[in-house]
Amino acid sequence: MTPFTPLTGIAAPLMEENVDTDIIFPARFLLITAREGLGRYAFHDRRFSADGSEQPDFILNQAPFRDARILIADANFGSGSSREQAVWALLGFGIRCVIAPSFGEIFEANCYRNGVLPITLPRDAIASLAQLARAGWGNFTVDLDAQQIVVDRGPTIAFTILPERRLALLNGWDETATILNTREADIATFEARQRSDQPWLWENA
Amino acid sequence: MTGRTLYDKLWDSHVVADLGGGEVLLYVDRQLVHEVSSPQAFQSLRDGARGLRRSATHLAVADHAVPTRERGTIADPLARAQVAELVDNVTDFHVPYLPLDSAGQGIVHVVGPETGFTLPGITLVCGDSHTTTHGAFGALAFGIGASECGTVMAAQCLRQARAKTMRVTLTGALSAWVSAKDVALALIAKIGALGAAGYAVEYAGPAVSAMAMAARMTLCNMTIEAGGRIGLIAPDETTFAFLCDRKRAPKGDLWDAAVAYWRTLPSDTDAVFDREVTLDLSDVTPHVTWGTTPDEAAPITAAVPDPADAESASARRHAEKALAYMGLTPGTPLEAIGIDRVFIGSCTNGRIEDLRAAAAIAKGRHVAPGVSAIVVPGSTATKAAAEAEGLDRIFTEAGFEWRHAGCSMCVAMNDDRLAPGERCASTSNRNFEGRQGAGGRTHLMSPAMAAAAGIAGHLVDVRRLMA
Ligand code: SF4
Repeated sequence: MTPFTPLTGIAAPLMEENVDTDIIFPARFLLITAREGLGRYAFHDRRFSADGSEQPDFILNQAPFRDARILIADANFGSGSSREQAVWALLGFGIRCVIAPSFGEIFEANCYRNGVLPITLPRDAIASLAQLARAGWGNFTVDLDAQQIVVDRGPTIAFTILPERRLALLNGWDETATILNTREADIATFEARQRSDQPWLWENA
Repeated sequence: MTGRTLYDKLWDSHVVADLGGGEVLLYVDRQLVHEVSSPQAFQSLRDGARGLRRSATHLAVADHAVPTRERGTIADPLARAQVAELVDNVTDFHVPYLPLDSAGQGIVHVVGPETGFTLPGITLVCGDSHTTTHGAFGALAFGIGASECGTVMAAQCLRQARAKTMRVTLTGALSAWVSAKDVALALIAKIGALGAAGYAVEYAGPAVSAMAMAARMTLCNMTIEAGGRIGLIAPDETTFAFLCDRKRAPKGDLWDAAVAYWRTLPSDTDAVFDREVTLDLSDVTPHVTWGTTPDEAAPITAAVPDPADAESASARRHAEKALAYMGLTPGTPLEAIGIDRVFIGSCTNGRIEDLRAAAAIAKGRHVAPGVSAIVVPGSTATKAAAEAEGLDRIFTEAGFEWRHAGCSMCVAMNDDRLAPGERCASTSNRNFEGRQGAGGRTHLMSPAMAAAAGIAGHLVDVRRLMA
């Protein structure tokens, strides 16, 4: 996983509640089994009309937001389907940080697994960030190490991320490797105990 | 010490290590695998030169991408490749697999319970948000992403944070033609699409004890539509009777030992929940959704709401956008909304009880002109059971198409999907924009209500149709 270094770029405000993963990555593209190259499908049915032409009123089709690296979103962003393609598509589009009042839980977990930083902030803080972004205030910088968002010529806003998650993102650690390297003995102990306490879970398994 | 909830007991019994910060390493007993969320997980094993830790704790099946019109070769090259990749992966990693042409095939959340793969007291995951379904057996079951699937394959564990607990107590009895789906929609309309976010929801109370497993699964299945990743029901005699003698359930002495353990799982009487909600089922009427989130639902006797009456500015904006997408005008009676398609099936409502409920409406009637209606059993075994009862004949004589098992029109990634602007009465679980096809318009409802809509040609109160 790519380590999360300070991220500077355009922030796009997408202020709409319940933007589910079917909107972020429409189901029909789920037949593709690759995880690279999905950026073109991000928000596909919002970005493009049925004939393939761009929908000019969608924020990510407008300058400067089409080059966004950060997404400012509303409540329950990424709800619904567990599809990790939603995160891969955002990454493919260039977005590495989403700021919202709340997230779909599986989407949030998927973000951490792919080096995308999900920041939760109160609604009013989000509203003012969205306003600054919409007014074309300039670049946003997300500094995970310092846990703050710096708006060019604007305010600095603090956020918090669980320490373990923060370290994993900053270092680009692979979760599976971390577990296997540090917890093998714990897992083996657990398995031995369960095998004797609940043998029916171990028969032929 | 106060008592523990069912969730607490399931959680505590699966903690491998405390990771600090409120997170633990949680042991995963079982994983269901399907063709859409598994390719990248298997790839991560190859990339990391890792093996599958306990291959027999997984069960794989193709359901999302498969055609339901006929079996045999899959026409769509992408879908064919996706299923072929699953077959290659399960062969390489020795994962038990239910082949597409076998009697065992079906939707993951239908075949898990049906084969006794799903058991009380276990942790069960799947790269699919409707894994909530299996909580109906008193299993700690939740959906995960594809990367997490890879971790479970390699390490049989996941990093998890404990959820808060919510108890939904259901009292009273359902009126005629009202079902668990109506209860789920009424509950989501009451608590909101975010109402259960962060919670493990336990359904309890006399009305739950009286429910069959199919109804319990429908309730737990829909928990994710209220934002909750976990739905739970305490295992009881109904659960044990359902599981006894199922293929993968324990047998003989092991069964007895398992049941003795499962009886210790229900929440203690003095257990305290973080949130309590109650719902009297005698008040629940048939519900349909009118918008693009599952909480945008109303009794069928109501009219399309006016966004101006919404509780908050953001709810108003969402409702306006939803009505524009749905092509609906405030004040229109819901019963006046005409439909083009009917979909009866999915992991929410594709079980034999659901098909019986729909067939009871279809019997001796006919689908309205201009409406195309399909019935898609949740599993191949369900299909066989329905055919043995003659349900297929009732449906076909009434003008419904009878299909092979799969996710079908629940998700627009196979042959069954809506064209832009088409309106569907659907027993599935998501009315999101584009969920059933780009530009498609979904109204969620129960199997009886969907069948009734197909007969009438518009949304209709099934109680009135059957009066
Ligand atoms: S039936 Fe629908 S909700 Fe259920 S697993 Fe299939 S696609 Fe997902």
